Amino acid sequence: MILDYLPQILFLIVLIAAILFFAKNVSSLKRNINLGRDVNRTDQKNKRFKKMMRVALGQSKMVTRPIAGILHIIVYIGFVIINIEVLEIIIDGVLGTHRIFGFLGPVYDVLIGTFEILALLVLLSVIIFWIRRNMMNIKRFLAQELKGWPKNDANYILYFEVVLMVLFLTMNAADLQLQLMGAQHYASEAGIVGSFPVSQYMLPLFDEMTIDTLIIVERTAWWLHIVGILIFLNYLYYSKHLHILLAFPNVYFSNLDPMGKFKNLDAVTKEVKLMMDPNADPFAEPETDGDEDMPEKFGASDVQDLNWFQLLSAYSCTECGRCTAECPANQTGKKLSPRKIMMDTRDRMEEIGKDLNKGKEITSDNQLLDNYISREELWACTTCNACVDACPIGIDPLSIIMDMRQYLVMEQSAAPVELNNAMTNIENNAAPWPYNQQDRLNWAKE
Amino acid sequence: MMSDNLKVPTMASYLAEGKQPEVLFWVGCAGSFDDRAKKITKAFVKILNNINVDFAVLGTEEGCTGDPAKRAGNEFLFQMQAMTNIEVLNAYEVKKIVTACPHCFNTIKNEYPALGGSYEVIHHTQFLKQLLNEGRLKVEGGKFKGKRITYHDPCYLGRANGEYEAPRDLLRKLEVELVEMKSCKSKGLCCGAGGAQMFKDAEKGDKEVNIHRTEQAVEVKPEVIAAGCPFCNTMMTDGVKNKEKQDEIEVLDVVEMIANADDL
Repeated sequence: MILDYLPQILFLIVLIAAILFFAKNVSSLKRNINLGRDVNRTDQKNKRFKKMMRVALGQSKMVTRPIAGILHIIVYIGFVIINIEVLEIIIDGVLGTHRIFGFLGPVYDVLIGTFEILALLVLLSVIIFWIRRNMMNIKRFLAQELKGWPKNDANYILYFEVVLMVLFLTMNAADLQLQLMGAQHYASEAGIVGSFPVSQYMLPLFDEMTIDTLIIVERTAWWLHIVGILIFLNYLYYSKHLHILLAFPNVYFSNLDPMGKFKNLDAVTKEVKLMMDPNADPFAEPETDGDEDMPEKFGASDVQDLNWFQLLSAYSCTECGRCTAECPANQTGKKLSPRKIMMDTRDRMEEIGKDLNKGKEITSDNQLLDNYISREELWACTTCNACVDACPIGIDPLSIIMDMRQYLVMEQSAAPVELNNAMTNIENNAAPWPYNQQDRLNWAKE
Repeated sequence: MMSDNLKVPTMASYLAEGKQPEVLFWVGCAGSFDDRAKKITKAFVKILNNINVDFAVLGTEEGCTGDPAKRAGNEFLFQMQAMTNIEVLNAYEVKKIVTACPHCFNTIKNEYPALGGSYEVIHHTQFLKQLLNEGRLKVEGGKFKGKRITYHDPCYLGRANGEYEAPRDLLRKLEVELVEMKSCKSKGLCCGAGGAQMFKDAEKGDKEVNIHRTEQAVEVKPEVIAAGCPFCNTMMTDGVKNKEKQDEIEVLDVVEMIANADDL
């Protein structure tokens, strides 16, 4: 009878639809990240892999803030391990089986028991996260850039996790009760399949229920749980929660050089070398291949001028605000917030992405500079690298600030007046102050 | 006190004699022109003279490394400065450079190699540590023994290049009571001068970064704020004055403390 297979068919349809929708979002994500310029971040594979294992998988930078760090590690481990259970749920859903991994016997009992304890710990951590975010006045959660959608997004994620954990435990509790009552399809001759250290305490809830009602409860929880997970998977693209996937590539491709080393523009090097070469003919025809290397513009005024790693980072950022909390400009009340730099970059990328979804062309007149990030923010940076050091997943907001300053100065000559004075001094007398270079050794005689 | 009778040979004079010094001392713009920073330069030279370290300076052939230009966004001016300096350094076949400015240190060390200038570059606190380890320099408590000192990490020495211990080791050698501020080492708070901020007014805010940092320093009640950067020194000195603590708290470079301890 086809009707017997209806739940399985339905499940397959939901699963495939979810996967297709996710794939579509991943392709938009890739397209948007590829708007950026190229940068070589595929060297030193061994070192990159080790850093990824330590920082992303090992969460090494999370614990610098111990409370948030430890809670995060619990939720993270819970998420990773409970996903083993999702695998069983998917196989059960497709095949119509009941706890297909049950044949593992005692190992299975340990697994399910662990999942349950983790689910409880995740539930508690998520509740503490919610309290921290909504009831305690933690400065990095109160910032201007978190008003509106970012704050709601953060809370939706927490609600999702609460609902998923409650459904998981309800499903297990109902299942256990059904097994205890000897319900067909649930009970096994070998005895109870799985161990239920947490959900067993929910059994009194089901005392009065018949097997039929319990099956409805168990099936409802089972379906809502797996559908919830699939919805959550597809919510990621629209949310700061993308970090659960992108933290890994972001750390892998992150900068391995000393933080103080800023990249040199090759196009400028060529030009300067030409200027300083006494044999160069200033009136010679420019070499044709030289023109190809010349960038259309120096620095960045929009996301296409940034590199793909910076754009990947914008999607990886989970808006925790550790960068902003460490920023000296932000701490002293300036407008600059490194977190906002990343959020703006992502928002601008999404704006362009929406244009590209409609047609091939970018129709919006906005750009990253001025429409999203103001000059006041850019000029407030001391390039101290505190934000870069604070990021638990290797994001470098400073590199975006520097690229945008470069655009302001090299394309628009729009540096603050005092800086122009300092630069003129450097140009004329090789010091940022108006002292003669011939006086450079005077200190030795004073 | 010894008179300021400093021996400061130039690379040009060394070349004329056909000699190479052990190390080139890169003085930097602040160290050459800023009145406060010149004292740091002289303190360092006194120590080098005193233990007969064979060094030379570029003198009038030295020019701004380009750090403030680059961090202000002027890549062109930065590379002009860099290439000019590299030509000079390479012409003298310089191998090892020591500097008392973390900005010069970072730029020459990290950003010059790709432009053709590869040298061993060390900060003066690292150099003094080397001399100490080699037994060429003796550092003893002297007048700072037992005094309460806090050390301010320059961003471009600490976070940017991972050097937190050399200056602290030197301070420990002075037998001081080393106390750490709330934000230190990799979490060290900027003095507010980096990224060319030294040469412009700050953006609108609640307070200046240097005041904020000075408050962190004042909190730990030091007798001396030790610094390792001429710009940090200026910022912290201004901060201490702003807090009207200049009678209680001195701002000194680590090398000045070593020179003072020895009464050089």
